[in-house]
Amino acid sequence: MNLDVRLPMGLLFAIIGVILLVHGFTADQAIYDNHSLGININVRWGGVILAFGAFMLFLARKKKS
Amino acid sequence: MHLLNPVLAVAAESAPAAAASNSILLKLATVDYAILAIYFAFVIGIGWVLKRYLKTSSDYFESGRSLPAWICALGFIGANLGAQEVMGMAASGAKYGISTSHFYWIGAIPAMVFVGIFMMPFYYGSKARSVPEYLKLRFDEKTRTFNALTFAVMTVFSSGISMHALALLLNATLGSSIPWLNYHVCIAFSGVIVLIYIYTGGLTSAIYNEVIQFFLIVLGFAPLVFLGLKDVGGWDGMMTKLGLYSNAQGMPGAWSHSWAHMGTATGNPMGVEWFGLAMGLGFVLSFGYWCTDFLVIQRAMAAKDMNSARRTPIIAAIPKMLFPALVILPGMIAIALVQKGGNSINLPITPGGETDFNMVVPALLAKYFPTGMLGLGLTALMASFMSGMAGNVTAFNTVWTYDLYHNHINPKATDAKLVRMGRITTVVGLLISAGCAYTARESNNIMDMLQLVFGFVNAPLFAAFLLGMFWRRSTGHGAFYGLITGTVCAMIFHGLTLPTATTAPSLIKGGWISIQHTFTSSMAQNFWMAIFAFTGCFIATIVISLATKANKTDDELRGLVYSLTPKTKDESAAWYARPATLGAIVLAGAVVLNVIFW
Repeated sequence: MNLDVRLPMGLLFAIIGVILLVHGFTADQAIYDNHSLGININVRWGGVILAFGAFMLFLARKKKS
Repeated sequence: MHLLNPVLAVAAESAPAAAASNSILLKLATVDYAILAIYFAFVIGIGWVLKRYLKTSSDYFESGRSLPAWICALGFIGANLGAQEVMGMAASGAKYGISTSHFYWIGAIPAMVFVGIFMMPFYYGSKARSVPEYLKLRFDEKTRTFNALTFAVMTVFSSGISMHALALLLNATLGSSIPWLNYHVCIAFSGVIVLIYIYTGGLTSAIYNEVIQFFLIVLGFAPLVFLGLKDVGGWDGMMTKLGLYSNAQGMPGAWSHSWAHMGTATGNPMGVEWFGLAMGLGFVLSFGYWCTDFLVIQRAMAAKDMNSARRTPIIAAIPKMLFPALVILPGMIAIALVQKGGNSINLPITPGGETDFNMVVPALLAKYFPTGMLGLGLTALMASFMSGMAGNVTAFNTVWTYDLYHNHINPKATDAKLVRMGRITTVVGLLISAGCAYTARESNNIMDMLQLVFGFVNAPLFAAFLLGMFWRRSTGHGAFYGLITGTVCAMIFHGLTLPTATTAPSLIKGGWISIQHTFTSSMAQNFWMAIFAFTGCFIATIVISLATKANKTDDELRGLVYSLTPKTKDESAAWYARPATLGAIVLAGAVVLNVIFW
């Protein structure tokens, strides 16, 4: 197909991952005590989402070359 | 309330109730809005890019039959994974515990494997562009038009219900912090976004967005389940609390087993016994949905070749099999939190004074997700509402354009004209959906009534398809009048039975002719109604077919009926890429899961 879905998808998740990471490192830690059992879920899961996005971009690139 | 999925119509009996008191508030920050905004920008951008590649009506309605199996499979599953499923299954997880997994492990997997191995060769191989068109090739014009009309009405209606539920949910959870976000704004906003990406990119755009939505749900819900489980003391902690809860409900152990309490209808919270469950849900309703509903079949028909089309539903069955962990567990976690007591979970109370489990998902989002993740969770939820709408709209514009417009109104339409008609239909379909949303808002009765009628029409469907594909002697008259007979059987059955002893007879609940039997739950009534409708249609189709002349020659039926079609050979593909091998692996997996959680 003309547009590989992994390209926009990889970009979208990579951007969301970065946003979560930045927010996780800068936000007040109190939000984690109030919500996510004291775990900084933004940093941890932001990392996972960034990795997923990067993997999708890698697959899209690999297919192209 | 997912109408095209009778299985779900049974499971989730009401849309998220916004009128309930003790409402859940999601407090968003700038970062959450940023994530939502980026998602919407991508959705629209994808449609816009795809528009450049779109040339023929086949590109617009069938993705040019060019997509790889894995994309079709995720689209297949994504189209089914609407928000009503996500929220409804969590509610059922709370109401019924682990036995909710029946909607997956016997209510979906066997049918998905069956359609891939046995039925897809006829859908894909016949060159039909839609399920109604297959009926035209196999039976006759009237059977096709009957199916096309009922299907078209159901899809716009179903998309309207999605719209309505999304507007209610946004209004209830965000309305007090964002004053301008009222019901009308939500309807207009979701309608316009879906309109833009389908108008421009057609089916491909819808499928791509379903793929993205699939990953959003998985990545957005996995941490929710992780945090929830950790909070209630892990799996064992949750099981202990579920045990205490089921003791308190008078059904010890019923929440932590899938089959062990299915011996009698009174022994489990579903109020269903194993035979009604296996035949009604596992066979009639599930096969009727997964094997005949054009909304999902359309995704498989967009595949690039026969092997991919056949593998689509089977590959889709793998995530489907694992979804209970994402969509049912939140409901069970909610029960464990209720059992924990105190302020553990804040669920709304319905006007009737009962806990409203339909709001389990938003309640858990508000509880466990800090700003940032909250934006992701809400994006996943909104994405699944919108792809629920989009799936229906793409199926609607295809059936309208090919089966009704091109067939009855303007048979000479050029290809460019068909694409234009598809786009106009998208606009009209969304306008009608909005109309349905407002109707639902005004009157729940009209919605319940319509849903009931669709239930009558859908129940016997699989009998006609089964006989059409596997018995070459079945005729057009047989199928058409068989379907009518099945529908009438469903109505009569409904008129003669009541869901529970405490229900008053009514047009919507049943018992409007006379009360001959009383069930233990509306689910049991529904399953048995499906069994009767199927049997009625099956027998009537056989009898009428034998009494009428065959209206198609063997030559015309080649490629449409099992005995007249050369068997598809998949020896060319590697062993793991053969539909039959994959299907066997998936079925074995489903058996193992049933045994583990017995």
